[in-house]
Formats: sequence, C-alpha cells, structure tokens
Amino acid sequence: MVNRGIKRLYTFLIFLFLYAPIIVLIVFSFNNSRSRGVWSGFTIKWYIELFKNEEILMALYYTLIIAILSSVLSTIIGTFAAIGIYGMPGISKKIVLNLNYLPVLNPDIVTAVSLMTLFRFMNLEFGFITMLLSHITFSIPYVILSVLPKLRQMNKHLAEAAMDLGATPFYALRKVVIPEIMPGIVSGALIAFTLSIDDFVISFFNKGAGVTNLSITIFSMARRGINPVINALSTLMFIGLFILLLIINSKSSNNIGERGDII
Amino acid sequence: MIKNIRNIGIMVFILIIGLIFTGCEDKKPTINVYNWGDYIDPSVIKDFEKEFNVKVNYNTFATNEDMYVSIKKGGTSYDVAFPSDYMIERMINEGMLEKINKENIPNLKYIEDRFLDLEFDPNNDYSVPYMWGTFGIIYNKNMVSEKVDSWDILWDEKYKDQILMLDSQRDSIAVALKKLGYSMNSRNIDELEEAKEELIKQKPLVYAYVGDEVKDMMVGEEAALAVVWSGDAVAMIRENDNLEYVIPKEGSNLWFDNMVIPKTSKNKELAEQFINFMNRPEIAARNTDYIGYSTPNYKAMELLPEDIINSKVAYPTDEEIGDVEIFKDPKDIIKVYDEIWLEIKTQR
Amino acid sequence: MKTKWIAYPYILWMIIFIIVPLALILVYSLTTGEGDIRNIQFTLDNFKKFLDPIYIDVLWRSISLALKSTAVTLVLGYPMAMIISKENVKKRNAMILLFVIPMWMNFLLRTYAWLTLLGKNGFINYILVKLGFEPLNLIYNDGAVLLGMVYNFLPFMVLPIYSVLIKIDKSLIEAAEDLGAGKMKVFTRIIFPLSIPGIITGITMVFMPAVSTFVISRLLGGGQYMLIGNLVEQQFLGTGDWHFGSAISIIMMVFILITMAITAKFDEDKEGGGGGLW
Repeated sequence: MVNRGIKRLYTFLIFLFLYAPIIVLIVFSFNNSRSRGVWSGFTIKWYIELFKNEEILMALYYTLIIAILSSVLSTIIGTFAAIGIYGMPGISKKIVLNLNYLPVLNPDIVTAVSLMTLFRFMNLEFGFITMLLSHITFSIPYVILSVLPKLRQMNKHLAEAAMDLGATPFYALRKVVIPEIMPGIVSGALIAFTLSIDDFVISFFNKGAGVTNLSITIFSMARRGINPVINALSTLMFIGLFILLLIINSKSSNNIGERGDII
Repeated sequence: MIKNIRNIGIMVFILIIGLIFTGCEDKKPTINVYNWGDYIDPSVIKDFEKEFNVKVNYNTFATNEDMYVSIKKGGTSYDVAFPSDYMIERMINEGMLEKINKENIPNLKYIEDRFLDLEFDPNNDYSVPYMWGTFGIIYNKNMVSEKVDSWDILWDEKYKDQILMLDSQRDSIAVALKKLGYSMNSRNIDELEEAKEELIKQKPLVYAYVGDEVKDMMVGEEAALAVVWSGDAVAMIRENDNLEYVIPKEGSNLWFDNMVIPKTSKNKELAEQFINFMNRPEIAARNTDYIGYSTPNYKAMELLPEDIINSKVAYPTDEEIGDVEIFKDPKDIIKVYDEIWLEIKTQR
Repeated sequence: MKTKWIAYPYILWMIIFIIVPLALILVYSLTTGEGDIRNIQFTLDNFKKFLDPIYIDVLWRSISLALKSTAVTLVLGYPMAMIISKENVKKRNAMILLFVIPMWMNFLLRTYAWLTLLGKNGFINYILVKLGFEPLNLIYNDGAVLLGMVYNFLPFMVLPIYSVLIKIDKSLIEAAEDLGAGKMKVFTRIIFPLSIPGIITGITMVFMPAVSTFVISRLLGGGQYMLIGNLVEQQFLGTGDWHFGSAISIIMMVFILITMAITAKFDEDKEGGGGGLW
C-alpha cells in the first residue's frame, strides 16, 4: 500500500487535477482563436484587448479599492473589538463571540440576502457604500478570529507591568499589546483582503448600478460564452499571485510550520 | 515605531488617493442604463458620454422578469431601461414608469408608424421603440437532416442533448403553448399545465437552458437546435453559415423592446436625451449592425446594407412572418408561470 | 484590564449589520404582504410552502450532492494529506504551498476554467477525439457540478487533515512499530483515530459551502440545476418573493447550525472554520 511508485503517481495525478484547468486557461490565453480545443497560433491580442476592456478595468479598480478599504477598516474595528472582547467577563464574552461568528458559519447566500434586506429596509441606495459595508461586515469576524488567539497567548501581565511603570493605558496598548498581537493583526488583515478580493455572492446581491467587482464581471462574461480575455486575466492574476506568495513565503520562513493559518 | 508610523502613513495615503478617485467619478452627471446583455454597440455609449460629457453606468439583465424585480425592489435609480412589450404593460399598470415628454425626443419621427401606438403602450406615452424581432428555431444544416418547420422538432428524441432552450420562463412556456396549438397569452390553467407537462417531457432532451451563451455555442456547433431571438440568429449566421433560422408554422412571437424611464430615475432630462440619441439614424444603424437585431427606425434602415434589409430573418415580410402573437402581461397568472417554471427547473 | 468598552463600537456594528438583518429575514419569513410594513400579517405559509414535494426535492438534491462531493474530497484528500505529511519539512511546506495556490485564484475563474475544459468543443474532448475516441458529454450534468465542487473544495479537505497529521507525535508511531505493528495496524490504530478532528473540520468546511452553493450549479449546470442556493437566489432576484426566499434562508441557516452543533460535539478543538465562503 505504501509503494513509492503509487504514491508518486497519485501525487502527480492530484496535482495535475489541481493545475490542469489553470494551465489550460493560461495556454489558451495566447491562442489565436476563440476555440478552446484547437490551437491556431500564438498571439497576445487577448492581453491587449484586456487592457482596453473598460468593464474589466473598472471592475478591477473597484475590487482593489473595496478590498483595501474594507480590509483596513475591518482590521482596525476587528482588532479593537478583539481587545475589548478579551477583557469581557465570561458570559457576555461568550454571547458576543457566538454572535460574531454568525457570518462565518452562515452560508454566504444567507448573509448576502440578509444584508440586502437591511439596506432596502434602511432605504439605502445600493452602490459603493453598500458593497463596502457588506465586505467589512463579513471580514471583521475573521480578523477577530485571528487576533484573539494571539491575545490569549500574550502574557497578560505585560500590560499591567507597563502601567505599573507609569504608562497610561493607551500607551500600554500601543507599545505593548499591539506589537505582541501584530502577527494576528497582519494575518487578519490578509484574510480580510483575500476574502474581499474573491467575494462573489455577497457583492452580487449588494451591488448597485455603477459598482461592480471582478468576480461579478467574470460571472457575467462567462454567462455570455467563452472569452479568451478572461483567460488573459486569469494568467495575469495567477502570475501576480505566484509572485505575491513567493514574497510572503520568503519573508515568513518562521511561520511555515503552521499551514493551518491559511484557512 | 517610526517604521510603523511610516507604514500606517503610507496606507492612509493610499486610502486618501483611493477616496479621491471614487470622489472624482461623481463630478460628472451620471446616467444609469439597464439593458439586455449584448444589446448595444459599446462605442455608442462612449460617444454619448463624450458628446454630452456625462458618465454612463451600463448594467445588464438577462430576462424581463429579472429586470422587473431589480427595479421593483428599489435601491438603484435606473434612468433608462429596455423592457419588452408585456413587461412595459405591467410596469405602466403598476405605475413604475415616468411619462415621456415627446418634445424632448424629436427623433421619434424616424420611427415607422407600425411600431407606434401599440396595445401595450397606447400613444407611446411611456416608451420609445428600440428594437423588434421574432423568436424561432436556429439549427445547424449539417446536423439536422429533416426539414425544420415546426416546434415539434425540439421534442424529437433523435436530438437528445443537442437542443438548447432559452433560460427565460415566458419564452420557453410560449414555445410549449404554441406547439400544443394554444395562444402564448393563454390564461387557461389547463392549457398551462399541459405546456408544463410538455416541457417536463422535453427536459431530458435539452442540453442546457441558456442565455447569451447560445450564440457562442451554436456558432461553435455544440448543439444542433436552439430557440433564439431573430437578432441573435442574424449575428450567429454571420459567423457560421451552416446555421439557418426558421419561424415554425405553429406561430411565433413578435416582440418589441422599448426604452422607458423608471420612476426611480433621478435625471429625467438626461434620460430623454439618451433615448433621443439612440434614435438618431446613424446611432440606430450602428446598434442594429452590431447586434443583428431589427430596428424600427426607417431612417436607420436606409443606412443599412442591402442584404440585411432583404434578410427574411431580420426583416420578414408579413407572409414570411406567419402567425405571430405579441406577449401580453399575464398579470395574476404570473404566479402560475413562476410555479411552472420552477417545477420544470427542479425536475431531475 | 478594563478594556471591554473598546468592544462597544463593534457590538453596535454587529447589532446593525448582523443581528438586525437576520431579524429582518426572520420577520420576512413569517409574514406576507409585499414587504410593506403596513400590511404585515403573521403567517407560517412561507414555511408550509417549503413542504411541497418540489422544494423538499430541491433540498434533498442539494444535500445529496453535497454529501457526494464531501465523500469524494475525503477519499481523494486523505491520502494526499498523508503523503504530503510524511515528507520532510522543507519538501512538505513546498508541496502544501503548491497545493494551496490554486485555491487563492479567484473562485469564479477556477469554475470558468472547467467550462472551457468540459464543453463539447472543450479541451478534454479535443484530446479524446485526437486519440480516436468519441467526444463525451461532460458538462451541464450532475458529473460536471460534482466535479466543480470537488475541484473547489479539495484544498479545504486536505489542509485540516494535513495540519492534524503533522502534529501527530512521531514517537507514538515508532513505539507501535517497535512493538511489532505492521503498517496497516499503525494506520488504523494510531494515525487514523488521531486524525479524526482534522477529518471533521474538513468535512464541515466542504459540506457547508457545498450545500449552499449556487454559482457552481449556475455555471456548470446549464440552467438545469435548482439547488437550494439557486432557489434562494431565484426568489430574491428572479421571482421577487422575499418572504418565501427568507423562509428558505432560515431553513438553510437552521440546518447548517444543527450540522455545526453536531460536528462541534466531535471536535473539541474549535478551529472556527473558514467555510461558508462559496
């Protein structure tokens, strides 16, 4: 059962399964025709079209802006929330935590629909603000999820010691607590950013006339048929992703043992 | 510490730049347009933006029902929408549309009389014609051996997994009703139930229920038969001349897509200018040429090439068009339609 | 440290953006009346409507498809996790990183990729025809949707199992082997039982999004799939019956919460999961 050869083959097959679609996407982004089976020559025209495609560029712009804004804001709110929750007495802490995890546990479509109902109820105009608010809402629980364990790991007497030595609570917070939990804050921010960039369902239900994001645009393009411009987009995103991961990987060679963090 | 401050500073800076950009977008007046997918020449939008110095937020929908729900639920102030006949009827009855000030739309004069003052909007108080057409069967000559002249062929076992139906409840149920010989505006529950049974019977033979992908798929010869609108047929035949379009003998649907201004519009004047712009002969001709559909604008037709005007797909004569019906608003029966469609979709 | 007041802004946020919306959905589900607050009538009709065989069938179909994809990801994922966990630290980190990269690609792009592969004129059929076989009907059917789910959720199964496997104390295995246990026994008596928490997490992280997905069935199903996620989407954006849509959402929520409660019993180490994303 533990035959070397079988293991190698199995691993190869699974990785092939994982990467084949992406590789095909990339290869055919250079294909000189819309066909997905027949190769008709090398071209970069789809990439040129990609950069001329206003729909996609606008979507990319909004996706990035919303991702940056929502991850920054949700990290700030989430970090303070985590610090606050950490200091809460047992029962209220439990209640708050459980409520907090609702967006995580709920199917995304239920979260999406509930937010849409809220915005209608508040008579808000759908658009940039509603999308941003939705993204922040579903990101904060993950930030808290990231920061809280670090708070628990932290030596709680450090802050007290600082204050005994004359620091104001705020100073102790800034100089002692935050640096201690910084890894949690950073990974929380990263998770929030990734979730926002990739989000489809929640944005789909809460977008407005002028605002869209990358996933939604890809969805509508895919529904119109196969378009090699999407392939070109995938290739660029994949390359960007690869580079990003290489950078992160080389920077954090210490944390490599805990792959669980990616989840 | 300094490093942290600097990092925070950089992020704040990016934030501010970001906010400025979002702010910048709103300086120009904007108009929200809500149209079918693949239903305009994109350069037309750009030209409008340039000439009137405005920004156009262009959004698309896949079916009339989707559009209706989206506008009804509110929260987005569309200025111009492009519903079809029966949906316009419904929207007028529910008070969802603004009356159009015809003085702001002088280009109305270019519309052929036969497209004006139709039943769904007498006197064109609320809508201005955009495109019209029929629906029928497009098939691949090389993949279908017999003569195609009846809706029956879509139920032919021989073409299992080679049939594409429209993912639109009104249109698909209409096909079934027509096949059975009933009116596509039937309010008779028994007739509708029969249509439902037909569609359920057909489901195993259907490759997929599609929207705009149908064009790609038929051109790519992935299916033998499909139900499509006439304009799409024109566009498809242009790319693959193995394809043919036919209006089945049992009859088909004559439809009109008009431009309307929903009551939620915040910029009625700009909306009227947009509608007027779309009816400039050169603009209408450009749209028609790009998407393949048929224009009601006779001045625009003068600018189109001969072979298109004579095409019986795009501009069928009364004889060629056969027995056609215009959709009417089903009103309360819409619930029955919803249920039927749901039942069909959930069948295994 | 008296820090609890710092959390108050977030608690306010939570109330507005998490609790109130869900309360609204609950209210919608229990009423009829065109969404106008003025003509509310309380009723259980929306829930009763769901008991219609059509809808129960939809629920059943979603659950069975989700169970199938969970099973497939488990069967495919467990061996993969084992193989990677047995490598040395450097190699396995590289492998896991490679494993995770596709997961970071945009979810829609990954699903779209299968559209291009599976179509009648897609790449797979092209290869098959070149090799002399008949083209297959690979898309717009159960298999395609299942494939899409497995593809998207496989990393979610592998990662939790892997992270549990690497924490298993090697000395336990060595001790067992010293005492004469064969490879099979070591697996069934030691490795597998210890990996169960990971399996449970994996199952939760796959089953939940699988049951509530609507994108995969939309793109790969050819308009023929009405899973429960599609049903909710259709009610809210297609038919406009927010009351019924809310009732379905509540049912979904309750179902998921019950599932989570059951799995939480098995899993003491609450990792909180990251599911419910797609």
